Amino acid sequence: MNTENQRTSDLNRVLNRRSILGLTALAAANLAISYWMGQQAYSWMPPQASAESVLVDKLFSFMTAIGTFIFIGVIGTLLYSVVFQRAAKYDSTDGPPIEGNLWLEVVWTAVPIMLIIWIGTVSYSTYDQMSLLSPFAPQEMKTPGTVPGDKKESVPGDPEPTQTFAPIEVHSRQWAWEFRYPEDGVSSTELHLPVNQRARFKLTSEDVLHGFFVPAFRVKQDIVPGREIDFSFTPIREGRYRLRDSEYSGTYFAANQTNVVVESEEEYRQWLLAAAQNPPTAAENVAFESFSRAVEGSISLGWATVRPAPAPIVNYTSSEKDSYE
Amino acid sequence: MSDASVEVRSPDPQASRQPEPGAPDNWRRFFTFSTDHKVIGIQYIVTAFIFFLFGGLLAMVMRGELITPEADLVDRTVYNGLFTMHGTIMLFMWTFPMLNGLANYLVPLMIGARDMAFPRLNAAAFWMVPVFGIILIASFFIPGGPSQSGWWAYPPVSLQNPTGNLINGQALWLLAVALSGVSSIMGAVNIVTTIFRMRAPGMGWFKMPAFCWTVLSAQMIQLIGLPALTAGAVMLLLDLTVGTSFFDPTRGGDPVLYQHFFWFYSHPAVYVIVLPIFGVFSEVFPVYARKPLFGYPVVVVSSLMITVLSLVVWVHHMFASGTPGWMRMLFMFTTMAISIPTGIKVFAWVATVWGGKLRLTTAMLFALGGLSTFLFAGITGIMLSSAPFDIHVNNTYFVVGHFHYVINGAVVMGFYAAIYHWFPKMTGRMYYEGLGKLHFALTFIGINMIFLPMHPLGLLGMPRRVASYDPEFAFLNVIASLGGFLLGVSTLPFILNMLSSWNQGEKAGNNPWRAIGLEWLVSSPPPHENFEEIPVVVSPPYGYGSNEPLVSNNPAGEALA
Repeated sequence: MNTENQRTSDLNRVLNRRSILGLTALAAANLAISYWMGQQAYSWMPPQASAESVLVDKLFSFMTAIGTFIFIGVIGTLLYSVVFQRAAKYDSTDGPPIEGNLWLEVVWTAVPIMLIIWIGTVSYSTYDQMSLLSPFAPQEMKTPGTVPGDKKESVPGDPEPTQTFAPIEVHSRQWAWEFRYPEDGVSSTELHLPVNQRARFKLTSEDVLHGFFVPAFRVKQDIVPGREIDFSFTPIREGRYRLRDSEYSGTYFAANQTNVVVESEEEYRQWLLAAAQNPPTAAENVAFESFSRAVEGSISLGWATVRPAPAPIVNYTSSEKDSYE
Repeated sequence: MSDASVEVRSPDPQASRQPEPGAPDNWRRFFTFSTDHKVIGIQYIVTAFIFFLFGGLLAMVMRGELITPEADLVDRTVYNGLFTMHGTIMLFMWTFPMLNGLANYLVPLMIGARDMAFPRLNAAAFWMVPVFGIILIASFFIPGGPSQSGWWAYPPVSLQNPTGNLINGQALWLLAVALSGVSSIMGAVNIVTTIFRMRAPGMGWFKMPAFCWTVLSAQMIQLIGLPALTAGAVMLLLDLTVGTSFFDPTRGGDPVLYQHFFWFYSHPAVYVIVLPIFGVFSEVFPVYARKPLFGYPVVVVSSLMITVLSLVVWVHHMFASGTPGWMRMLFMFTTMAISIPTGIKVFAWVATVWGGKLRLTTAMLFALGGLSTFLFAGITGIMLSSAPFDIHVNNTYFVVGHFHYVINGAVVMGFYAAIYHWFPKMTGRMYYEGLGKLHFALTFIGINMIFLPMHPLGLLGMPRRVASYDPEFAFLNVIASLGGFLLGVSTLPFILNMLSSWNQGEKAGNNPWRAIGLEWLVSSPPPHENFEEIPVVVSPPYGYGSNEPLVSNNPAGEALA
């Protein structure tokens, strides 16, 4: 058909406006910028303090590079059109009546499919590696209905713990974190972990959903009341980091945070011994203190709130004024 | 008069007398139980926009609180109530009613129908909006204040009810959400039936404008998904008021089950929201680029693919929740798959614009702005679908930034594009381009200024829904807050433009943009019952550059012949 031929030639004219060479040069420039952005992505993250964080940052860098390439490609094309393909003031004619192009449509369907398979595979293997490193693998998540106190069934494939330390009990409540080291008789509002050792946890909540989140470790797990969730990761860098509640838990949600101290095994053992000697005292607790202050004073409470649990009584207390990275 | 028109017209003489109170120049009709789809469409849009301003005001108070690290501007309980109500109002009282308004106004005109299939049901669905809106707003004034459990209302927080009263903010919230679900289901039945049954002669599926395809795809999600959310809301209401234990863990309920009910609908809801905006992009780009929509059949079929896939991705909101690893991996792959039909659309719009004869009217600027923010949100969306990365940024400001790029970026800018594009049709007047462009510039800068800094904040580990935060996040929060205030200011030129143009704008002809489509063949504003004679469609849509007639008759009748 005549119109068909005309449309094809219109398309060719549009497509060939830039030579293949020019397009290749632009793609190469885009590739270079995307690679550079991928490298920059590492600097947008908190310190890499766990084995998991190294894997996650690598994945993020990879996705940032691909994303940048697509973003620049699409926005660059649109900007070119906006700048150079405007209609003249009194030009009321139409553009070329191109209704589609099979070849182009196949390419822009196939390329995203391949990219998705690529990103999916890399993500899967990253998740798998994190699972290998840490037993929050599928079989490790307890099934609904398991309540604390039930005897834990041994799971096939459960790696024999090579660690020398027992799991740490993480007790969350409105609004305090409490960490218990049952074998050492220590309870603390600050989490202490030995470096380069698998850290294992049993996460429980006394009231509502909470989230165990340490940005420097890139790990996060919701804590569900009525369940005991096994969780683990490996800290690899000594320092003091922030632990935050990541699942909205009511009025003082934002204040429900504390610190994690990663230290050498020797320091860790010393801390455990020293802490066990301390008499239990009431810890500093932002939620309980500000609630009590508001009730005593004449400050308006605003709207209704759940009464915070009293400050936890522990051997070792931390302060909100402590520094962290 | 053709046979078709006789068939559609009601034989009841009462019905044919209705045009008098509903005459296009009678403004009082907007305050009546009118059954005219055009009146209902504008009622929806204006009502929703008032709620948008209110929800935006709440957001500005929140940004005021977040401009400093400490919780100092408002009490923590007030902040928590504010973000709960902001999210609820923006979704259930702005976005959904606004999109129903666009669909109501445009679908019958675009498919060549005189009204919706069930006009009274249509009016009833609209009038439920002010009812549940008042219920929701009333919760600000009852003892204990409004719901403070976030718009997800996850139990057990949502079941805690510190006031101890039977009538509390959470109960009113749940009642309003359930009613909103019923209203939306009524709207969806109507719109789907209209598109299936009332297309003009000759308008086969592949001659139907892309906007109608996207609305159909979106409303089918409403029919499938909304019953799950509405049922979840009713069960939660029963737990809260009469003491059942569907979700209460202390009495054997499962709080994670609620998350499944909630996200089974509330993730697809994102596509209910964004699909019609994809439709707006597909309508606006061809007009102002003077080119047909590139790859029209693939673009419209990809809407249906999105509908199907959207029903099997909900667990990606629960990657860090109490979900097993196999579930995380399965839903990671389904979620990534949804980017393929979405990507097809984005490339098709770029190809539509490419090589055209562009006119950068306000509508076109908003469509281009919406497309670019959507592209950015799509890229961060693929990142979020990757479970190991999501575990780090889940429930942080990265997610807040991502979905605001979708909703305030793509959807609100797409809405503005639609309003500027069809304003002459709706009102018979032209808007002022200068004010429109000022509105675009402020909106575009505001959106990027408030939502871009949220991404690094989330990467650094700032959780969402916090009334206070650690001091290292202060700098980026200040920029975001300033952007938020700018975004608030950006609505002023829009309101000024709309009000003054509607009153005294230059008169618009039938088709000021030289656009192709049935709605542009009738007068502006269109007469009651739209078409004097039902159009007979003979060409596919978007015939720019082809000079082929769209219809074989004159739908406007003799008056304009």
